[in-house]
Amino acid sequence: MAERPPLDRPAPDGHGGGFSRRSFLKGASSVIAAGGVAARSLEAGMTEGAEAAGAGAPVISGETEITLDINGAARKLRAEPRTTLLSALRVRLPEPLTGTKEVCDRGNCGACTVIVDGRPVYSCLQLAVDLQDKRITTVEGLGSPEDMSPVQAAFCRHDALMCGFCTPGFVMATTACLDKHGTPSEATVRHELSGNLCRCGTYPHIFEAAQTAAKSRAGGGLR
Amino acid sequence: MTEWIRPPSLDEALAARREHPDFMLLAGGTDLMVGAIARPAPVGVIDLFGLPELSGVSRDPAGGLRLGAGTTFAALLTDDAVRTELPALWAAAREVGALQIQARATLGGNIGTSSPVGDSLPVLLALDAEVEVASSRGTRRLAYDEFCTGYRTHALGGDELIVAVHFPADIGRRVQAWRKVGTRRAQSISKVMFAASVERGADGTVTLARLAFGAVREQPIRALAGEQCLAGETPDAALAEAVAAAVLTDIAPIDDVRSTADYRRTVAGRLARRFVLSLA
Ligand SMILES: Cc1cc2nc3c(=O)[nH]c(=O)nc-3n(C[C@H](O)[C@H](O)[C@H](O)COP(=O)(O)OP(=O)(O)OC[C@H]3O[C@@H](n4cnc5c(N)ncnc54)[C@H](O)[C@@H]3O)c2cc1C
Ligand code: FES
Ligand code: FES
Repeated sequence: MAERPPLDRPAPDGHGGGFSRRSFLKGASSVIAAGGVAARSLEAGMTEGAEAAGAGAPVISGETEITLDINGAARKLRAEPRTTLLSALRVRLPEPLTGTKEVCDRGNCGACTVIVDGRPVYSCLQLAVDLQDKRITTVEGLGSPEDMSPVQAAFCRHDALMCGFCTPGFVMATTACLDKHGTPSEATVRHELSGNLCRCGTYPHIFEAAQTAAKSRAGGGLR
Repeated sequence: MTEWIRPPSLDEALAARREHPDFMLLAGGTDLMVGAIARPAPVGVIDLFGLPELSGVSRDPAGGLRLGAGTTFAALLTDDAVRTELPALWAAAREVGALQIQARATLGGNIGTSSPVGDSLPVLLALDAEVEVASSRGTRRLAYDEFCTGYRTHALGGDELIVAVHFPADIGRRVQAWRKVGTRRAQSISKVMFAASVERGADGTVTLARLAFGAVREQPIRALAGEQCLAGETPDAALAEAVAAAVLTDIAPIDDVRSTADYRRTVAGRLARRFVLSLA
């Protein structure tokens, strides 16, 4: 995998990611003003918004440009404070990454699982603006159909999917589990994948795929 | 218009809190982001996730463990002191949601939500934990049963933040237990939770007893009648029955979407009985 460019805060352009300590102290707080964390349903309708200069502190109204480190590349997008990472990936990116699936949008099913700084998280429960200094890996970052990661290849080999909607989330959770444990026991795999649900019931094949992927990675196919 | 503030230090967080008492405090967001669409937008948000002074495990001057309110359950699980001295909390942390939730969910958020089904909360009661809260006026410490005031309510002032949770210095000496009963192991909200700790004398008598439950009343509770029955006694099968009967007078479960009062009473009695039997 390519070297990741470092993403330092505050953001170089002084917009979106401008949480510098100095400006915070000057203006008492770094403030982003926008339509609201809790009003995601309105998001599509919110077009208004530009950076407005506040008294000392960076104050941003409505949409602003932020930069996220996604799959090793710095990706710019326009987002509001309430924009979730899931919506940033699937809708907001100029070239959307739709491998990450939206199912429940309330932190229950795991379909939206991505890896942030090495840990699996639900992208539907994260605010995009909060992740500007974090490394985000989505299923597109693991491999491509021509060059699959060991986990992706093992899911294919074991037929570990039916409708496939839960699959990207399971692939991410499995990848995080193998990154952490190398060759985990089945009990560990079951525990660490327990935040992902499969309505089609492909669990036995998923657990087999995890074991196969662990072996192929241990054999040198690390990714 | 919602404002979003991410203070870089505790002082600045307290200043922001004082200036904006009506702003929503956001930690991991695993409670607040759920169903956010359906709720009115908050006036503003103070984002505390990752604030260094709220994160991590340390030892306070009295020798007890101090867990920062912003510490995630994932971070608690990798801490050796938590695993060895607070095994009941460690076990509860492992069963909060699933990995994706544990990576974000904080102890302070669990306390802030103050739900009768907050998994860490009976543990705080069973381990005599104190909650440290701060405002720009200063800090204060409250025993957890003073802090939690009822169904999803607590004693936090409008300008205060939950900063840390403190445990007694000798807590690692106690025998501790944790059990969560839900529909499935992961990702399920508890039907009944049980946390306990005891100290034993040289002759095996129980010299200190703490029994706590969640999801059996409007708030997490200590089962005082059960504790009284256990303290000063030597655990055996008869005592286990007596304690199981006593805890039923402590609890007042309800029927709801997740379970029935009847089931909860049965399970609560069994959890208490098994715990006492495990000491016999
Ligand atoms: C799928 C799923 C499964 C879950 N499973 C469980 C479970 O098994 N057991 C369980 O107990 N919970 C569970 N939860 C609920 C939730 O994860 C926990 O309550 C968690 O501890 C909340 O922490 P947070 O940091 O995400 O809080 P947030 O959602 O950020 O905040 C929760 C509340 O605490 C307040 N708050 C946060 N930090 C502070 C602070 N420092 N000072 C003052 N107030 C503060 C906030 O204002 C808010 O009212 C689950 C949630 C989901 C989505
Ligand atoms: S879409 Fe995020 S957990 Fe279901
Ligand atoms: S394959 Fe259909 S939900 Fe898992």
